[in-house]
Amino acid sequence: MAEKTGVIYGINGPVIYLKNAVGFKMAEMVYVGEDRLVGEVISLANDITTIQVYEETGGIKPGEIVYGTGDAMSITLGPGILNNIFDGIERPLEAIAKASGKYIARGVAVDSLDSEKLWDVTMKVREGDVIRGGAVIAECPETPSIVHRSMMSPLIAEATVRKVMPDGRYTVNDPIVTVELPDHTTRELTLAQKWPIRVPRPAAKRLPASHPLVTGQRVLDTVFPIARGGTAAIPGGFGTGKTMTQHSIAKFSDANVIIYIGCGERGNEMTEVLEDFSKLEDPKTGNKLMARTTLIANTSNMPVAAREASIYTGVTLAEYYRDMGYDVAIMADSTSRWAEALRELSGRMEEMPAEEGFPAYLASRLAAFYERAGEMTTLSGAVGSVSIIGAVSPQGGDFSEPVTMNTKRFVRCFWGLDKALAYARHYPAINWMESYSEYGMDFSAWYKTNVDPKFNEYRTRIVALLNAEDKLMETVKLIGSDVLPDDQKLTLEIARVIRLGFLQQNAFHSEDQNVPLIKQFRMMETILYLYDTARRLVAEGHPMSVLRQDNIFEKVIAIKYDVPNSRLDLFDEYKKKIDEFYQNVLERNA
Amino acid sequence: MSIEYLGLSEINGPLVVLEGLRGAAYDEIVEFRIEDGTRRIGRIIECYEDRAVIQVFEGTDGMSLRNTRTVLTGHPMEIALSEDILGRTFDGIGRPIDGLGPIAAKMRVDVNGMPLNPCRREYPRNYINTGISAIDTLTTLIRGQKLPIFSGNGLPHNELAAQLVLQSNLGGDSNEKFGVIFAAMGVKYDVAEYFRRTFEESGVSDHVTMFLNLANDPVVERIITPRVALTAAEYLAYEKHMHILVIMTDMTSYCEALREVSSSKGEIPSRKGYPGYLYSDLAAMYERAGIVAGQEGSVTQIPILTMPNDDITHPIPDLTGYITEGQIVLDRNLNGQGIYPPISVLPSLSRLMKDGIGAKYTREDHQAVANQLFSSYARVTDARSLASVIGEDELSDIDKKYLKFGEAFEREFVGQGHYEDRQVCDSLDIGWKLLGILPKSELDRVDSAILDKYYREMK
Repeated sequence: MAEKTGVIYGINGPVIYLKNAVGFKMAEMVYVGEDRLVGEVISLANDITTIQVYEETGGIKPGEIVYGTGDAMSITLGPGILNNIFDGIERPLEAIAKASGKYIARGVAVDSLDSEKLWDVTMKVREGDVIRGGAVIAECPETPSIVHRSMMSPLIAEATVRKVMPDGRYTVNDPIVTVELPDHTTRELTLAQKWPIRVPRPAAKRLPASHPLVTGQRVLDTVFPIARGGTAAIPGGFGTGKTMTQHSIAKFSDANVIIYIGCGERGNEMTEVLEDFSKLEDPKTGNKLMARTTLIANTSNMPVAAREASIYTGVTLAEYYRDMGYDVAIMADSTSRWAEALRELSGRMEEMPAEEGFPAYLASRLAAFYERAGEMTTLSGAVGSVSIIGAVSPQGGDFSEPVTMNTKRFVRCFWGLDKALAYARHYPAINWMESYSEYGMDFSAWYKTNVDPKFNEYRTRIVALLNAEDKLMETVKLIGSDVLPDDQKLTLEIARVIRLGFLQQNAFHSEDQNVPLIKQFRMMETILYLYDTARRLVAEGHPMSVLRQDNIFEKVIAIKYDVPNSRLDLFDEYKKKIDEFYQNVLERNA
Repeated sequence: MSIEYLGLSEINGPLVVLEGLRGAAYDEIVEFRIEDGTRRIGRIIECYEDRAVIQVFEGTDGMSLRNTRTVLTGHPMEIALSEDILGRTFDGIGRPIDGLGPIAAKMRVDVNGMPLNPCRREYPRNYINTGISAIDTLTTLIRGQKLPIFSGNGLPHNELAAQLVLQSNLGGDSNEKFGVIFAAMGVKYDVAEYFRRTFEESGVSDHVTMFLNLANDPVVERIITPRVALTAAEYLAYEKHMHILVIMTDMTSYCEALREVSSSKGEIPSRKGYPGYLYSDLAAMYERAGIVAGQEGSVTQIPILTMPNDDITHPIPDLTGYITEGQIVLDRNLNGQGIYPPISVLPSLSRLMKDGIGAKYTREDHQAVANQLFSSYARVTDARSLASVIGEDELSDIDKKYLKFGEAFEREFVGQGHYEDRQVCDSLDIGWKLLGILPKSELDRVDSAILDKYYREMK
């Protein structure tokens, strides 16, 4: 057999050493020891080969054999990925549980995709067709929400179809199409293909950011929008709501497919997502959320090397669905744990550390990951996108630490979470002074045709009011708000309305958890109409104490609960109420 | 069969290097036989073809390069388990120290444990009534949760932990079987004694297993203590279907032991000299809390840690907070004012609370009251800092009301007696009573129906 093997010389945590060059390739996937644990070659030298192992290494002895596979660390792509939960190297946890019970044991050999399940396949090519890499060869309904389009691997440049099986039921391993390559060899294609996780899947053309990924969260969609194919970071100390924000986006965003990577986080959280998403309905299709979701669970107590790989596994799955023409959103929770996995492995290999013990290549690894996002024209001519939303867990909530700093350089949205807001239970606790989005202006044309031409104008006014409040608060902290002139008191009052009535959003309230853009726009409109009306009254000399008597500010704050998403006509009532309020104040003081 | 290796090649702090070893496995336990007749235990932490680095649990004092014989045991660190461990006391690596003889083992289990498969977990939803208002109402403890107490030296975290144990319906009239595992890492003798006495006086000591590594016990043993304790907890919970509460104190000593060993291994440190894998290491323990789907039994963890210099951004509380499902933070100021338990409400949090409360579990208004109390109390902080600048008299009427609310909230809601056991509905009613100090228009977190039903303005 041509399989290359090596003999273990030493073991240090997840890193093992082989003596002598044994002919393994860099980044080759290997099986380690009698238990055949999965590992990957991470460095080669004349006298030492270094391998990181994706499972616990306790009990391994020097002298055991390492088997090469000849291939780079790859995962299987095909129908059966959605509505599933995998570990960091695409092993389905349900199958592992069947094999080893409640605990995840070592060296469990399971197929990534169910090899017995029959899919209803419709062929998309005919004999004699000349097809290029990435072309769709067959389709099957993978879940009620998603049609799976199996493609010829992009690694094959061009081929001629020689044989096509009839439409029917096939497993992922059944040959369905036979092609002939230019060198006259033939290849049998199946519904599935393999792809190395560290190599981005190719696309025909990258498109500029032009339309938003709508998340249903007001502070994100209106104030700090993210593009389809965009990148965003959510940094925040513990308890500030990173995970809650990601859950909300995963539930309500208008992406077709969600890849949720639980990287070094809590086991209970993954269980929660699994339970919730199996019950909740997708607001767009009415099917269960899991029908469009894949979970990658590498919880904090699972092996650290697989945590490093889980991020790449996730983004590769996302690119695969992008190539079918879907909009995919990745939630990576948390990229800090991934960076720490890099640090741990780097430390075991005794590499020279840079800042805070992180390896010097941290920045380039982060950049390479976020650059795999984007909206693309695929090889088969469809348009699809991968958006990446990465949580960052800065140590001590300090945004100047290396992972946050370096992430900031490579993302275009920064949604900074704030401890003070979280303590006051203002959720989502996104600090509007510290956060930014570089996309807002890119979407002007889109807002004009899809929401309202005034959208960006209103957004700018809302942000300006929040900034004005921030400045005024410095004075208020010193002398109290009672001594301010009335126009400034009004600014504070309106900013309060914006904070409580607009920015704050209740993730547990059925009307408020997911808000369409048009309602967000009408809310801004109403708040600004109230502001303009009240400003006229103040200019005419009516004090704020009089304006407050009508409770109109409270009523506008409660719009988020009182106006259902399906009853936007009610906004006209509010306009009437504000006009009445104007008349009332005038009459009372006449 | 077992070969004795004579002598060592190097001794450095708690680590020894042995050369010419054959057939050793990574993470295997070895036994040292020293000339004076004592035996010690070590663990292989780096393993090469001809050489192994071994960590000695009891420390290397008295060992020399010549006087030691080493034997491989062929297995990782294990502990003998049976139901009989309830009511017993062990040292930091699971050897009985109460003079009642060894445990007749039903099974021997690797103390490192294995990760629970997330799709075999059950999401915890059953709340535990602790009888403490600030916890039940604002940071509800859920069965299967890991909820640490962030404390400081001199704060009454031990009293709070003891009260939690005693009031959590332990040994109550329900048919479910309860047990407590107590793991002490580097704590003072008095602290361990305090817990033992409390358990005895309240008649629960039959249900308590103690693992003690006291302040003067070997540092390296401390790294094993929580693992041994959690292995025992998992055994009782998942094999014997009991509901186990694990108290681990003090996690700070544990982390310091880890740092000591790491630096003697010559590892590259990250923040404040702690090893880069501190997060993974802590997670491997905290994640052992949980419930297995379709089975009776649960492991609930209450780790206690003293924040060095009361600094919540120190790596130990910081990393702990990222792993655990919330935290209960104690505050020196409140303690100084004589308020017990001195729970600092704003930074305290229970992540699992949202799914374990409400009409189905506690009362319909629970979430609303909690949100409103948090939000109003956050306003109190603003009002106080303003008062400290311009004086209380200059405050607006509404800010004065907030000050009054803040004062009453700390005294009547947070503060309660050491033996006072409040039902959750009573706590909620106290909450509403205090919210009555504030005018209705200030209560912006409660929807109108609930507000009308419960709110009564206090004149």
